[in-house]
Amino acid sequence: MSRFAASMNVSLFIPCFVDQLAPRVGLAVATVLERLGHTVEFRPAQTCCGQPAFNSGYWDEARTVARHALDVFAGAGAVVGPSGSCVAMLRVFYPQLFAGMPEETAALDLAGRTFEFSEFLVKKLGVTDVGARFPHRVTYHDGCHGLRELRVRDEPRALLRAVRDLELVECDEAESCCGFGGLFAVKFPMVSTAMAEVKAGSLARTECDYIVSSDPSCQLQLDGWLSKNDKRPRTIHLAEVLAGTEGFR
Amino acid sequence: MIAPTPGHPALASQAATDPRLAKKQFLRDAAESVRDTGHRAFVRKALGGYYTNRDAQKSRYGDWEQARDAASLAKWSAVNHLDEMLPRFVANFEAQGGVVHWARNADEARTIILALLRDAEARAVIKSKCMTSEEIHLNQALEADGYGVVESDLGEFIQQLRGEPPYHFVFPCMHVRRDEISDLFEQHLGTAPTDSPEELTMIARRHMRRLYVEADVGVTGANFLVAETGQISITENEGNARLTAALPRIHIAISGIEKVVERLDDLAVLLPMLATAGAGQQMTCYNTLYAGPKRAGECDGPEEMHLVLLDNARTAILADPEQRDSLHCIRCGACLNVCPIFKNVGGFTYGTTYQGPIGSVITPHLRGLADWNHLSGASSLCGACTDACPVRIDIHTHLLHNRRNAARTSPGRLEKLGHRFFGLVARRPWLFALGGWLFRRTLPLAKALRPPPLSAWLATRDLPPAPQESFRAAWKRRR
Repeated sequence: MSRFAASMNVSLFIPCFVDQLAPRVGLAVATVLERLGHTVEFRPAQTCCGQPAFNSGYWDEARTVARHALDVFAGAGAVVGPSGSCVAMLRVFYPQLFAGMPEETAALDLAGRTFEFSEFLVKKLGVTDVGARFPHRVTYHDGCHGLRELRVRDEPRALLRAVRDLELVECDEAESCCGFGGLFAVKFPMVSTAMAEVKAGSLARTECDYIVSSDPSCQLQLDGWLSKNDKRPRTIHLAEVLAGTEGFR
Repeated sequence: MIAPTPGHPALASQAATDPRLAKKQFLRDAAESVRDTGHRAFVRKALGGYYTNRDAQKSRYGDWEQARDAASLAKWSAVNHLDEMLPRFVANFEAQGGVVHWARNADEARTIILALLRDAEARAVIKSKCMTSEEIHLNQALEADGYGVVESDLGEFIQQLRGEPPYHFVFPCMHVRRDEISDLFEQHLGTAPTDSPEELTMIARRHMRRLYVEADVGVTGANFLVAETGQISITENEGNARLTAALPRIHIAISGIEKVVERLDDLAVLLPMLATAGAGQQMTCYNTLYAGPKRAGECDGPEEMHLVLLDNARTAILADPEQRDSLHCIRCGACLNVCPIFKNVGGFTYGTTYQGPIGSVITPHLRGLADWNHLSGASSLCGACTDACPVRIDIHTHLLHNRRNAARTSPGRLEKLGHRFFGLVARRPWLFALGGWLFRRTLPLAKALRPPPLSAWLATRDLPPAPQESFRAAWKRRR
């Protein structure tokens, strides 16, 4: 099915909270990539990207974590992750974090071969139809880091449009933040929750069956608020939609 | 003159704010604001038309992104050559009869202005919209010295009657309902209630006309200072700034030193962008260039024209190469209009002259990082502000840099320790995996006990149940 790219070696970048709370997302990424004929590896020495410390301003502490990630992914080929936010950490923020330091070369090297899942499929592999079927009405939630740091906007939508029997609708707050923001969610919980209410409300007004996202951190926030308030729908990761072949012939 | 009404509850706490308590006040006011769902809905609705109009106007640009580049470059080159641009502006301005006064800080600026009023034996002052005057708390100083002060901008006039500072530095009374304005005018001006925006505007205008003539001094702000011509550019929608500058005997303009641009041509991009980004307009209704007082043979205009050039920490920002571009700000307010924090906590919660993302960037420079870093923390770093900025200020990165600078100079001891401990674990994959296993196993217990910071999450949001196995375990089995 991979008509545009030869078989590639892909190293999975599984964010720490996906490892612990949403392993199904990582497995779905592997399923899609393998179905397209690529070789997928997972380096079990990987831990966290260091974004919590980085975003809180504790850059020395963030570097400790980031150095470990640089070591883990050294020589790994393409690094692909299912979270726009964590990928932005590797690709956009590592070069800032290590600017003018001995690790800068390694940071730039890693940045150059790290991809968010949907952009890897569309831009690197040239694939939009991965052979999935998902007979549901869905809307897409843009995670801010994917949207504004990685400039990934059209890729997930192109992938969704190619899914059989899927109806994609847009919400009226498509580019608004869900309010997660890492530790912001617990440092300013009232503001974070108000943002979740606005975004989840807008997503729900589309009367879709699922909210598709490329960021499990946004999913945590949106599902957390929706569940607490007994509201529907719930989120699903793009990789899970693309891995789905529900009734596909 | 008009006595202000007792203000908004948020204002009372703002006035009483000890800088050390700024964060506590922010958290309390933010919690109160987000509970007021009616107010939040009102603010969103008030901005609804802005998005539509802004996008319609943006589509009229050949290339909005290129226009942003041009606007950014115009401000960049002026700010990075301030040492040449300011003297050039001053020489050209003074050659036309204007007088420049340099003020290092708010105190000096107030002293200068009070001295000018004293020398002129002035009694009444009329003002048009001027955020730098808010920054130096001019009205309070004038009133304390017995001068009558009236705001001539409709929004600012409403805020003055309400006894509140601006809610939004471009739309000062965007949070006020029309019926509240009608009641306010009825109470203060004795006018009949009305629901018509036109009639409300006319009430204020009729009230104001006489005051322009009676005022000895008109105080305005400045949107741009044009170095090559020595002109001050003022943008407005009501014509009140023109009357404020032209009718009284003395015109005093107040401007931050960063407002200078080199060429008159720079305004060709900056004026429409200010209007589009700030208010969703193609151009604001009035854009006027002021160059000195009335000359010999002219029948209109002030006898004296003064310009107070205010530093107030701007040179400190200039000295910081990382955040220097925050001096590009043309105070359009676009970053506030798109900011999900602003839209949910409202303008008063910030407790600052400049609200929203840009205010959170510059306030620590104006009033101290240790006391005002919480504003930089109160952001999901979503970056909507940076994308909206017509002069390409990297606003959300500056918020992050403020956090980093604060973590260096005044770290939270417990938080630093927490991140250090996390780093210790994250460098050891086996320990990290063990920690993850423990986290999953103890999650039900933690949900029951709710230790902080989990409690902050669980109060308003659920957490999914932890899966039986981690990804790394599932992967091992899958192979």
